[in-house]
Amino acid sequence: MSEALVVEELKVYYRTEKGAVRAVDGVSFSLARGESLAIVGESGSGKSTLGLTLIRALPANASVVSGRVYINGEETLSLSLSDFRRRYSWRVISMVFQGAMNSLNPVLKVGDQIAEPLIYNGGVSREEARRRAMEMIELVGLPREFYYRYPHELSGGMRQRIVIAMSLVMNPRILILDEPTSALDVTIQAQILNLVKDLIERFSLSVIFITHDLALASDIADRIMVMYGGQIVELGSAERVLGEAPKHPYTEKLLASIPRLRGETIPEFIPGRPPDLTSPPPGCRFHPRCPYVFDRCRREEPPLFKVGEGHVARCWLHGE
Amino acid sequence: MEEVIRLEGVKKYYEVRSGLIGSKILKALDGVTLSIRKKETVAVVGESGCGKSTLGRVSLRLLDVTDGRVFFKGQDISRMTEEELREKSFRKKMQIIFQDPYSSLNPFMRIGDIVSEPLEIHGYRREEIREAVYRALEDVKLVPPEEFVNRYPHELSGGQRQRVNIARALVLGPEYIVADEPVSMIDASSRAEILLLLKSIRDKREMGVLYITHDIATARYVSERIAVMYLGEIAETGLTTSVLKTPIHPYTILLLNSVPEPDPANRRRKRPVIKGEPPSPLNPPSGCKFHTRCPVAIERCRTEKPALIEYMPGHFVACHRATEIMRGDISVT
Ligand SMILES: Nc1ncnc2c1ncn2[C@@H]1O[C@H](COP(=O)(O)OP(=O)(O)OP(=O)(O)O)[C@@H](O)[C@H]1O
Ligand SMILES: Nc1ncnc2c1ncn2[C@@H]1O[C@H](COP(=O)(O)OP(=O)(O)OP(=O)(O)O)[C@@H](O)[C@H]1O
Ligand code: SF4
Ligand code: SF4
Ligand SMILES: [Mg+2]
Ligand SMILES: [Mg+2]
Repeated sequence: MSEALVVEELKVYYRTEKGAVRAVDGVSFSLARGESLAIVGESGSGKSTLGLTLIRALPANASVVSGRVYINGEETLSLSLSDFRRRYSWRVISMVFQGAMNSLNPVLKVGDQIAEPLIYNGGVSREEARRRAMEMIELVGLPREFYYRYPHELSGGMRQRIVIAMSLVMNPRILILDEPTSALDVTIQAQILNLVKDLIERFSLSVIFITHDLALASDIADRIMVMYGGQIVELGSAERVLGEAPKHPYTEKLLASIPRLRGETIPEFIPGRPPDLTSPPPGCRFHPRCPYVFDRCRREEPPLFKVGEGHVARCWLHGE
Repeated sequence: MEEVIRLEGVKKYYEVRSGLIGSKILKALDGVTLSIRKKETVAVVGESGCGKSTLGRVSLRLLDVTDGRVFFKGQDISRMTEEELREKSFRKKMQIIFQDPYSSLNPFMRIGDIVSEPLEIHGYRREEIREAVYRALEDVKLVPPEEFVNRYPHELSGGQRQRVNIARALVLGPEYIVADEPVSMIDASSRAEILLLLKSIRDKREMGVLYITHDIATARYVSERIAVMYLGEIAETGLTTSVLKTPIHPYTILLLNSVPEPDPANRRRKRPVIKGEPPSPLNPPSGCKFHTRCPVAIERCRTEKPALIEYMPGHFVACHRATEIMRGDISVT
């Protein structure tokens, strides 16, 4: 089987004083070897939660309500946490967290921080770990001497490359990058993008790229997944979702809201408020903000309809 | 009195350790002059490390200046003590939206307390506070507010934390705001909405805004003027429309050229990028600091520093070859 990752009917809720936050609410998709998938969507729609679930790093107040996650064919949510950590964390699947470049340990040399998982998870000697860490630093385009630097001595872009090196040090097969470039300028963005493309080609790495930057998504992704209110609302090839007319009204509005440097189109925004995930709107979750809303949308929740080759959209406009 | 903030020849130097002995001077800001009027947004763009956040902090006197002067509504605040700044309520009138929403929110405080803290410090009444906090949360679309007031920062998504930052900065009704990458983790549709909101609040309260961003496309829509920085200096500044339509400085031209648009065909292209790494600010190039990467650099650029000169009304450029570029005699790309 060539699927590196298969996610089925995943639901992840957070317990809060106000009730359950349905952060991920019935998500299914798969990721092939060497494939890159970009996840875009509203902020607060469950993108990071999804990533954290895949690497089994959810906070204490979260619970997986239902669903299965297969990595290389094995279901991993049912494994004990220690089993998962020993067999999968870092070495098969790893994640660069949102904001990770700001949470490097300030009193440790960055090289030692890269070497750490090798020593504690990989059972590698200190010497060997240092050698591997230096290789990784070189791989992300920095000089080996950076091993001995402290985080505050690096610029934002350099720190971001260090956290990517960290996630790669155990040669994972699946890499999740959560907003890896949102605080970086276009020059460094391009560097990081080229690095990731290179890794996909050289090691047939499978990559999930969570981002708000659709230009970036279009630059790297084979497929695009659009999330809204804890659900997938559209999923398809980058050419179809971003190129031809998008098939879900939310995607359409999202694309129309991107400020552009060139041309005369004025960005619009989507009126109304993001859905309250403790009590999402009935029917279609986008209906209170959708310009095409009709009766059925308010009553019945739309399933994902097939709208083209490998392309689905959760909208009644494509229903019978 | 139109001007809210004025910086005059501001320099900010850091002493940084280099090697085992000795230290070096890092010129994070090297003589920056800039002003912001009421109801005006000035966008500051430029590569990582060029001094944008430093500029923002110096203008708020969160950092002391090494040289030069900072005026808030005509009063020189560059040497005022913390007590003076407080006494004159300048601290209350100047706010910042921090760049990093992950480390700038106190992890042990609830969202409601984070947003109300500035109000409590400044002695507002309980009922006023509650109302102001709810309104601020509504404004940034953390809705319904009662859903969020009791949460802790780690219970929010990245974009939601940025919204808390914005709400906290707005709640006191400041007259000057530094917004340091305020919406980088927010989706495009909410981003446009929040930036427009910031603009309408700005007009209502007659605020001046310094908008620091990597996203030049948003600067196009929310700023009246723009300043392009390179290694602690302003390379080009002017009306946003003028700078974006007719950029003159080679750095600006290349920077604008490298901004991508969403297009699936991107995958088959290589992005145009400015060649070379930005030079180390510890060892800036002589003459024009951009000469090591500039495609049209000439001998003179290596030795002589170009002055910031007005080439079109209100449009200033620091480049020896500005006239040739404007006339189309030479091409940068
Ligand atoms: N620990 C937590 N406790 C309670 N609610 C949480 C917790 N973490 C996240 N949430 C909520 O779950 C929802 C999904 O959050 P998540 O971080 O997955 O969003 P996201 O899509 O990554 O957003 P962003 O683009 O802003 O980073 C949000 O509404 C958020 O408020
Ligand atoms: N406390 C400090 N000590 C020494 N150097 C510093 C300090 N703060 C900033 N610098 C240096 O000053 C320069 C400007 O930093 P600044 O944070 O202003 O950049 P920036 O333009 O905001 O970058 P970014 O886009 O990455 O946020 C950088 O070279 C940085 O390394
Ligand atoms: S199902 Fe109805 S409300 Fe939902 S996106 Fe489609 S048209 Fe709009
Ligand atoms: S002064 Fe010279 S090196 Fe500097 S930008 Fe102009 S042409 Fe290029
Ligand atoms: Mg997130
Ligand atoms: Mg900064």
